[in-house]
Amino acid sequence: MEKSLKPFISVQNLKTYFFADEGITKAVDGASFDLYREKTLGVVGESGCGKSVTARSILRIVERPGKIVEGHIYLRRKGAGGVEMEEDLTTLKPDSREMRDIRGKEIGLVFQEPMTSFSPVHTVGSQIIEAILLHQKVSKKEARNRAIEQLRLVGIPKPERRVDEFAFELSGGLRQRAMIAMALSCDPTLLIADEPTTALDVTTQAQILDLLRQLQEQRGMAIMLITHNLGVVAEMSDDVVVMYLGRVVEQGPVDDIFHAPKHPYTRALLRSIPSINSAPRVKLPTISGSIPHPFNRPPGCAFHPRCPEFMPGTCDKSEPELAAVGDRQRVSCFLYPLGGK
Amino acid sequence: MADFIAPGQGAIPGESGTMVEERISVATQWQLMWWRFRKHHLAMIGTIFILLFYAIVVMADFLAYSDPSASEAQRGLLSPQPIHWLDNGSFSPYVNAMVGKRDPVTFKRVYAPDADKKIPISFFAQGFSYKFLGLFPSNIHLIGVGATDAKTEDTLFIIGTDVQGRDLWSRLMYATQTSLVIGLVSVALSLFLGVLLGGLSGYYGGIWDTIIQRVIEILRSIPTIPLWMGLAAALPNDWDITAVYFSITVIISLIGWTELARVVRGRFLSLREEDFVMAAELSGCGKFRIIFRHMVPSFMSHIIAATTLALPAMILSETSLSFLGLGLRPPAVSWGVLLQQAQNVQALAISPWLLLPVLPVVVSILAFNFMGDGLRDAADPYGV
Amino acid sequence: MLAYIVRRFFLAILTTVAISVLSFIVIHLAPGDYVTAYIAQASASGSIVSAAEAQALRIQYGLDQPMHIQYIRWISLIMQGNFGMAMEWGRPVMEVIGDRLTLTVVVSVAAIIFTWAMALPIGIYSAVRQYSIGDYIFTFIGFFGLAVPGFMLALVVMYLGFVYFNTSIGGLFSAQYAEAPWGLDKFWDLMAHLPIPAVVLGLSGTAQMIRIMRANLLDELRKPYVVTARAKGMSERRAILKYPVRVALNPFASTIGYLFPYVVSGSIIVSLVLSLPTVGPLLLKALIAQDMFLAGTIILMLGVMTVIGTFISDLVLMWIDPRIRVGGQ
Repeated sequence: MEKSLKPFISVQNLKTYFFADEGITKAVDGASFDLYREKTLGVVGESGCGKSVTARSILRIVERPGKIVEGHIYLRRKGAGGVEMEEDLTTLKPDSREMRDIRGKEIGLVFQEPMTSFSPVHTVGSQIIEAILLHQKVSKKEARNRAIEQLRLVGIPKPERRVDEFAFELSGGLRQRAMIAMALSCDPTLLIADEPTTALDVTTQAQILDLLRQLQEQRGMAIMLITHNLGVVAEMSDDVVVMYLGRVVEQGPVDDIFHAPKHPYTRALLRSIPSINSAPRVKLPTISGSIPHPFNRPPGCAFHPRCPEFMPGTCDKSEPELAAVGDRQRVSCFLYPLGGK
Repeated sequence: MADFIAPGQGAIPGESGTMVEERISVATQWQLMWWRFRKHHLAMIGTIFILLFYAIVVMADFLAYSDPSASEAQRGLLSPQPIHWLDNGSFSPYVNAMVGKRDPVTFKRVYAPDADKKIPISFFAQGFSYKFLGLFPSNIHLIGVGATDAKTEDTLFIIGTDVQGRDLWSRLMYATQTSLVIGLVSVALSLFLGVLLGGLSGYYGGIWDTIIQRVIEILRSIPTIPLWMGLAAALPNDWDITAVYFSITVIISLIGWTELARVVRGRFLSLREEDFVMAAELSGCGKFRIIFRHMVPSFMSHIIAATTLALPAMILSETSLSFLGLGLRPPAVSWGVLLQQAQNVQALAISPWLLLPVLPVVVSILAFNFMGDGLRDAADPYGV
Repeated sequence: MLAYIVRRFFLAILTTVAISVLSFIVIHLAPGDYVTAYIAQASASGSIVSAAEAQALRIQYGLDQPMHIQYIRWISLIMQGNFGMAMEWGRPVMEVIGDRLTLTVVVSVAAIIFTWAMALPIGIYSAVRQYSIGDYIFTFIGFFGLAVPGFMLALVVMYLGFVYFNTSIGGLFSAQYAEAPWGLDKFWDLMAHLPIPAVVLGLSGTAQMIRIMRANLLDELRKPYVVTARAKGMSERRAILKYPVRVALNPFASTIGYLFPYVVSGSIIVSLVLSLPTVGPLLLKALIAQDMFLAGTIILMLGVMTVIGTFISDLVLMWIDPRIRVGGQ
């Protein structure tokens, strides 16, 4: 990761827990990563590893009974008077004006189900216009024009007509584009895309990814791309963060992660991708076992029950820490002497 | 068979290290329902009350101590006579004897308690005779004054008497029996109609569905009480009690089946699309078998929940009709019949105990609602 | 959208016809007819009706014709605005009914307004502040309303009013306005008397509506578009009121159609207890006297009123739900 530019958002040791009657779910248990302008960070992992909760934590829209219990989320931007300032988002109340200022204006969110992400009883246009009016002091007419412009920029044909239609009148691909238009309507510095293409067919998926890349180039924004699809990560990301059960197990530039994965989990994930080059008639490798129930978190390193390189006495006793391996990669594993205690 | 996997090349990560054994537990659908139901505290409380109520239904004769039709105008509208549990410090329940005195002004005979004369109460005393469950003759009641030579009807009035001098407690026991049994039978009839018509509508669809749907819609849009009143008023005055019971039950269930039919229809419609139904058809099952062996178990729990929730409406219908004088008529006793005497505010002001039958109605409706809610939540596989 | 209106209208017509047939059948279920009841009544008071008189009466009231002829006669008369004679009173039915039908509508509408005004905010509050103390209190009140039917509540209210406040609760008018012609004063008097009947009548419906609103809103609150709204930077309160509440309003509004017959139904018995000059007490008397024209007309009118109310609520629903307007789902 380039250290010359300062990150727009720096997440440090984020811990978000859910306090339910049955027990505490440690959805995010110590995640740290940085988000840079003009760069895409891919956050990858199986379902339930805490990727979405991380995104929601950044936006401070984690639902009850979830709470951020520890950690910092530093946001660096130009405040009033052009002075660059750094705010810790964890210190802001979720419903406060400062936080609401940031949501939608500095950070935009696109997520998986465009159909249910739009209100079924309001027009698509009205929802975009509302986003604009929330953060920009313009007239309703001007806001409408901007909304139409946004729709055009994401490649929706005849935007002046579409702006008055309802979500159920648009096709899946158009809906997702409209979602992107809404998220970008106030020109945010960071776009969080939570599984943006999972609900789409492969062709549309390619189009949407192209669109995202194009928009990023035009606006110079940062993208946090959350997905469980390694192919998408490989195509889009500059850097990658691999998560397992709420912790970052490996992170680094995309090339390093894909060609020289260090963590056994990353390796297993990559091995399990079907490839045109793999030997024919060989059973597709899988990761043995399954993700433990959040209440049954294994002691020590959470991955050790499924790890092919498990070291008894070490891996089940204490948790490894993220430490540098090489100059750009970081791993959280006892296999690497610099990592762990 | 040689192992296909070449080690080192796409090998499955070994099973070294502690493997958490996956325990597979098996529980039947009903067990699962029960466990979830148990967590619903209100539902459990409701169920306990329901069981208590139906215990009363079975033991109504035993729990009553006075013949519910023994009327004596001079005993009319007596206020509740509490049971005194301690007699000079020892456990020896008694009531004060009622003595008739002639009121010097009105010359009417008025009953008033005589604090000096104590009549002891015994448990499992002898009283008027009855047939337990309609089969076994007996005359033992929970409490009574059988040991002495006083008559129970003249002495015990735990919650007072009505305008005709009949003991309210005993009548309440019988009223509970009647109201709850009618409720149960009505709901059973409604269930039958609902499942039949709802199933027809949902499973076969097409023209049946349209017709039955329209009928249900129409019935739902009509104010029901005027209709019941009309039907009930049409019953001849000279029919005997059993015939009246039966007709009232039928009338009530005729209006109540629409809700159940809707639920059943909805279930059938959604189940029809399920893959397992198609699988059953493909393997050659006949329609009947598909319906009863495959589909019905799937929504059985929902039907039970819906039925439980429909009971309060039935009870309320009967109570309302009888209250109006159009439902059960004396000498039949039900909650509605008892409440009919409470219509007059002036009378109520003097004898507020006549309002007491409101309590069992409210409690039973609440209990059924809680229980039904609990059942519905427990039956829903997608619920939280 | 047009298809929707036409369909609902057609259904309304069908329902009306069904109601008229049902009303007609109900009245004729009773063995004997008005003349039989008249004879019984007459002999109870000591006078005798000869067979010839009875036959003349029968012909006069058209009671000697077969059923379907009588029905057609009845309907055609109604179409001409002639609702027949209330045999018991000896006056035209409409005269006997008089104000009562209007008052029934007034009381029912008042009850429905009360129901909505209470159920909507309480339902929203209960859903948003789930498991809070307020939620439990309102849920309890809701259950209370559910379990205590209107007429019982009326009984208790009347008793309390009488014993503790020494007032006679009930009736829709103070003594001086009861028979007076309509005017502004009488109107205000009516308004002053409306609250108690409206509350008593509306309470059980309120309980149901609260539960419906709460359940629907809870479902909607879990949906992604709420997250979108928050992510845009909307304040929590605005986001919830503008989006999930609006969506949850649809199934809520669609239940109004069935609230109306429920309330009208309940008003019959409550009117009896509270001595309201509505259609209820009159219907009871008519049924007991087996006065065919009166009872049948009342049931028919109640039914038609309900159908109109349901149709209006269908139109309201259409106006609220864009999916019906645009014809999507």
